[in-house]
Amino acid sequence: MEFYHFTEFAWPHLPPDDEFTSARLNLPSSVYDPKKGADLYNMCLDQYVLADELGLNCMVNEHHQTSTCLNPSGVVPLSILARQTRNARILILGNPAANLADPIRCAEEMAMIDNISYGRLDCGFVRGVPYELFASNCNPTETAERLWESIDLIQKAWTTQDGPFNYEGKWIHKRQVNVWPRPYQQPHPPVWTTGGSDLAHACRTVARGFTFAMFLTPVDKLAAMFNGVRSWCREQGLQRPADDKFAFMPLVAVGETEKEAREVIERVFWYVVNNKAEPQHRAPPGYVETSLYADFLSGRFTGGRTDAIRRQGMEYFRENHVAIYGTPENVVSQIKALHKKSGGFGNLIAMLHSGDMDFDMTAKSMTLFAEKVVPHLKDLGTVSKTFGPLRKRGGKRVA
Amino acid sequence: MTTRSDILNIEGVRIDVERRGKGRPLLLLHGEDGFEANLPLLDDLARNFEVVAPRMPGFGKSMAPESLRSIDDVSYVWLDLLARLDLKSVTVLGFSVGGWLALEMATKNTSRIARMVLAGSVGVKFGGAYDRDIEDIYFHNAKAVRAMRFHDPEKDPHLDLTTLSKREAMGLARSREAIAKLCWEPYFHNPSLRHRLHRADVPVQVVWGAKDGMTAPKYGRALAKSLPTGRFGSIPKAGHFPHIEQPERFAAVLKNFLDSTKGVR
Repeated sequence: MEFYHFTEFAWPHLPPDDEFTSARLNLPSSVYDPKKGADLYNMCLDQYVLADELGLNCMVNEHHQTSTCLNPSGVVPLSILARQTRNARILILGNPAANLADPIRCAEEMAMIDNISYGRLDCGFVRGVPYELFASNCNPTETAERLWESIDLIQKAWTTQDGPFNYEGKWIHKRQVNVWPRPYQQPHPPVWTTGGSDLAHACRTVARGFTFAMFLTPVDKLAAMFNGVRSWCREQGLQRPADDKFAFMPLVAVGETEKEAREVIERVFWYVVNNKAEPQHRAPPGYVETSLYADFLSGRFTGGRTDAIRRQGMEYFRENHVAIYGTPENVVSQIKALHKKSGGFGNLIAMLHSGDMDFDMTAKSMTLFAEKVVPHLKDLGTVSKTFGPLRKRGGKRVA
Repeated sequence: MTTRSDILNIEGVRIDVERRGKGRPLLLLHGEDGFEANLPLLDDLARNFEVVAPRMPGFGKSMAPESLRSIDDVSYVWLDLLARLDLKSVTVLGFSVGGWLALEMATKNTSRIARMVLAGSVGVKFGGAYDRDIEDIYFHNAKAVRAMRFHDPEKDPHLDLTTLSKREAMGLARSREAIAKLCWEPYFHNPSLRHRLHRADVPVQVVWGAKDGMTAPKYGRALAKSLPTGRFGSIPKAGHFPHIEQPERFAAVLKNFLDSTKGVR
């Protein structure tokens, strides 16, 4: 199993809860203090440098117009990490491919970063959470399709080595595509996507030979998706995808004692509690499936996954492996149990920092995780033998 | 009153069309909420007109094929519909997005259109880049959106959606998805339309709620002024849907215009 460190660069200095309705989209930037913010950026980047030294990998993301994530471009921290880390895989999860005005620029940037890092890039593409539609002004009814059009075009651009090609698709038009440089990893860096309940998207991801990641999902839903993909592959006559085609991100805290770990995870949990948004920003028409949107309109659906788990509290989080915390031994056994119950996955993205956690507190939890947990789990999960789309059982590749 | 509903195949697009009454044809183009399907106004109009009310793609039984990606696209279907039914000297009555559709049609071809009434019509950008000509109905919460669209929020036909059956909620959801697909960006307008308005060479009555907070009355005045023969009428104590909040006053403005343009074509 591969292990990634993650912080969302969340702004912790929010006004009192009754003074704002949403941490996203409409919170004025007067709430942000550049002096404190500069320290926060550098503290978070220091965490990744430490992760590299500890033998962990790094994952960065991006969100827009929000205090919950101060990276409006994942490319910026990723570029820094390409130089400031030595051994870590550096994962961006991801490029908001459905909302990008110019996917070819993304192909170029990712190829550069792959070169600068000597081939350590894991390149994720995401549809983006619904809030992003307001920041990007992209049409919510189009994003599911646009995500895949962008991915297909970027993959084609990375792998075309004989000069310009023409592309006039449904959403994107480029008449002379000829990306320089080529990626360092050939034919291209590993590709990841994320998803919620859209099984068809998850199946498409894995069948293409990409890695499918889920975040903060209770284990029964996680298992339903991961096993759903495996069943679909079997029905399609495809080889069984290895565990490294699946990834999961829980909140993680490791302490020398149970009490210490509990105190740290409460600080990470801050992210979930304070991640509030206005309901209409979660459900622009056409983003979710029609039936769910109908329930939203008629008041049958009042909140999403985050709301549900937020209401349940920390014990529910732990029982469902959304929060993993405790002494090193305890965390090892929780991850083993999660691996088994989920049907198997090969990448664990540990959200080890959030809220007002300072560097020392985070570093201690990270160090215990890297030194006392990871060594016991390295051999967990199966690894793909080949790169690229899953083969038909019997040897033939599928597109 | 004879009412007939048909599913017409307009060049491959199945459209749900209701026809009611007898007389000169009147094309009724509903708005983004589809409020106009069952208004008492329809019965009044059907006494003097053959009211033809197609449902927009994604509304009712009308299909919303992939190929329809803009209001501009839909306007061609409506022009084809006029030809299919061989309607002549048509009075077009459009509400909000329906008004936008009427403008798209009239700037392409007025050979079957005699006159138009546009209530709270959107579709045109008059202000500068930093001006919000049309308020954002997606960004704000339901209560705030209601307050901007209704003088009296209690008059919103969608005041309480919790009483909808799942089937009804699915219908509403599909229609809102269709509108988002067609109107999200550019937001409820076609940047080219303003420069084509001179082609809408028929008498046009623009009707506006004086308390419209979604598209302010000055937007309506600008629209009337930009049309070759546009006139503007304001209705007090009404928001974006004057025909719902002040049906009698709306009917009076309508009647006045229809009487004064009786002889047209």
